Amino acid sequence: MNTDITTAVRPAIVLTILFAILLGLVYPLAMTGIGQAIFPSQANGSLVRDGGGRVIGSTVVGQAFTSDRYFQTRPSAAGKGYDGLASSGSNYGPTSQALADRVKADVARRRGEGVTAMPADLLTASGSGLDPDLSPAAALAQAPRVARVRGLPVARVAALVAPLTEDSPLGDRHVNVLALNQALDRMTRR
Amino acid sequence: MTLQGWILILGFVGILLALAKPVGLWLFALYEGRRTPLHVVLGPVERGFYALAGVDPQQEQGWRRYAVHMLLFNAVLMLFTYAMLRAQGMLPGNPQHLAAVGEHLSFNTAISFTTNTNWQSYGGESTMSNLSQMLGLTIHNFLSSATGIALAFALFRGFARREAKTVGNFWADVTRITLYLLLPLCIVLTLVYIAGGVPQTLAGVVDVSTLEGAKQSILLGPVASQEAIKMLGTNGGGFFNANSAHPFENPTAFTNMVQMLSIFVLGVGLTWCFGKAVGNPRQGWAILAAMMILFLAGTSVTYWAEAAGNPVLHQLGVAGGNMEGKEVRFGIAASALFSVITTAASCGAVNAMHDSFTALGGLAPLFNMQLGEIVVGGVGAGIYGFLLFAILAVFVAGLMVGRTPEYVGKKIESREVKLAVLAIAVLPLVILGLAAISCVLQQGLAGPLNKGPHGFSEILYAFTSAVANNGSAFAGLTANTPYYNGLLGVAMWIGRFFIIVPVLAIAGSLAAKKYTPESAGSFPTTGGLWVGLLVGVILVLGGLTFLPSLALGPIADHLAMIRGQLF
Repeated sequence: MNTDITTAVRPAIVLTILFAILLGLVYPLAMTGIGQAIFPSQANGSLVRDGGGRVIGSTVVGQAFTSDRYFQTRPSAAGKGYDGLASSGSNYGPTSQALADRVKADVARRRGEGVTAMPADLLTASGSGLDPDLSPAAALAQAPRVARVRGLPVARVAALVAPLTEDSPLGDRHVNVLALNQALDRMTRR
Repeated sequence: MTLQGWILILGFVGILLALAKPVGLWLFALYEGRRTPLHVVLGPVERGFYALAGVDPQQEQGWRRYAVHMLLFNAVLMLFTYAMLRAQGMLPGNPQHLAAVGEHLSFNTAISFTTNTNWQSYGGESTMSNLSQMLGLTIHNFLSSATGIALAFALFRGFARREAKTVGNFWADVTRITLYLLLPLCIVLTLVYIAGGVPQTLAGVVDVSTLEGAKQSILLGPVASQEAIKMLGTNGGGFFNANSAHPFENPTAFTNMVQMLSIFVLGVGLTWCFGKAVGNPRQGWAILAAMMILFLAGTSVTYWAEAAGNPVLHQLGVAGGNMEGKEVRFGIAASALFSVITTAASCGAVNAMHDSFTALGGLAPLFNMQLGEIVVGGVGAGIYGFLLFAILAVFVAGLMVGRTPEYVGKKIESREVKLAVLAIAVLPLVILGLAAISCVLQQGLAGPLNKGPHGFSEILYAFTSAVANNGSAFAGLTANTPYYNGLLGVAMWIGRFFIIVPVLAIAGSLAAKKYTPESAGSFPTTGGLWVGLLVGVILVLGGLTFLPSLALGPIADHLAMIRGQLF
């Protein structure tokens, strides 16, 4: 037993150091170099800039839209909402009173806006609190409100959703809210 | 439930089955210590490592020496990470200027990553610097999974060798698995993830002026390189708090599919490798068949429950399935599938918040872990855990026909059965014991976010996840306290090493036995009868112990949910 231990000391320490260098430094740093060279946009967070070069968001990470002028994002439990430094779900269980209270309040608010069918994703918080997407149904449900506030025909606002809807056999149909609202702004400006 | 959802689930299984043999062949080459095409590039690295460490890869070790070397290596690795986290504030690679990680949190995290659990009591973005993520945590993601596969190899050798005293060389196994399997695959996967939108940079926070004119800070970092091994090594420790639900860890439905396949691919390959090692690939296919039956059963339950949704919310006017805690780009089918995969394996990464699943939707993941994560399972850990049940299953069959049981050419005798029972008994003993204690102590009861039966489920899930070395959570539980960090740390350690050592003892004991050829009286371990027996033994011996606790947690929660009783 003693020789078992003494013969293990050197490889245990030396291999810890060698693997730390290889797997903890060389591997991630080399991948950073390669990634930055081949996919510079994605490797740096798929950032979106406006005409002046200011960063207005990321196509990948969701941002808060709370104004009536925009398609609004889902409820978020990340910090005070869409906090990029505190991703989180609500973690409310199915029998949580707090969950029911939150949904009840949101349903009442949406009814006030004229929404009749309540798509599940519009009333529920995402896992990350940074969900960038809505289901097409949740976007379309908001079209009448957005159209009213902006003084546009509902049909024109609603027509923005379909071309921006992404479909994958591996997941659900979704529309990126930042892209949708950018399209909305472009249309209004014109 | 939708047709598209079922096509996704069955397509996933189809791809996995197609990968079993090619991956198994590669694993078998490493098991045998054969040359691979990658030796041209990485051979010098391997030999350099041996030279500096004073390792002779040809020198075979008996099971005791193999076990001691494995334990000492893991202890050194754990101390390395503990020291690093405690010193975080003084080290470079810290763009957010985060302080040192606290004592009990460092203790918990170091054990967590060493044991392949990756339970996270912390939120990654607010706790860990880039250097800690890379150097302190990623290294464990590689080496804890390499350790798991090495142990599986040792057990395979126990079955395959005849009248032998040794089960392999631990250092050679770990080094070869890391260099010729994990590292090359991770290089490819990292690039796939970056292409899909996962960041890989040393930068920290980016300030954003949103379209509405608000300020948002988003955190970047070397995410993709960690993501690759996090899934492939069934580790599951995310760069961010929200883990694979975070759009930067898992940006699209495609990366989600790659992540799900990564979790299972090595475990599935190991079943084929086992069959090949014992001289009959059909032995491996039989194991995989039993695993897939249990897997599809669990997936069906969770998918059905999540698609049916929460009647409490339906009452309030919300339509459709349960989307609380889920991301729209994945939807219900891909989230349900991911949750069952991650708990069937010892991964513990999540792409949706299990705590917010419906009661029965959350039951299947919990039950998967309580079975010991043997449905494909963690890399290495899944197959050696499964073989413990196989030993018990042939023992049960032997009792029925009144013959000494045999499995793949080895007589299974009292010593092996005792050791297998010892290893399997660790799970219920520690999970139920510690969960029960936590339900009567103030420090334990302070943890749950949710009240009522779901609060109990949170505690039960935490200890199940820790002992089973999974790492996923009903994350409402506030676990970053001295009580939970300490107790869960101990639970993870016991769950890993109190199973590994009996497994190695079985390997040693089997290796020493002579070969017993199959005869007319042998119970065949390849056909449908065997698969059925395996599934039965796993459910009865592995699952039944937990039924009372499930009745108090998820089942009571379900009954409350359909009555509309809230807490």
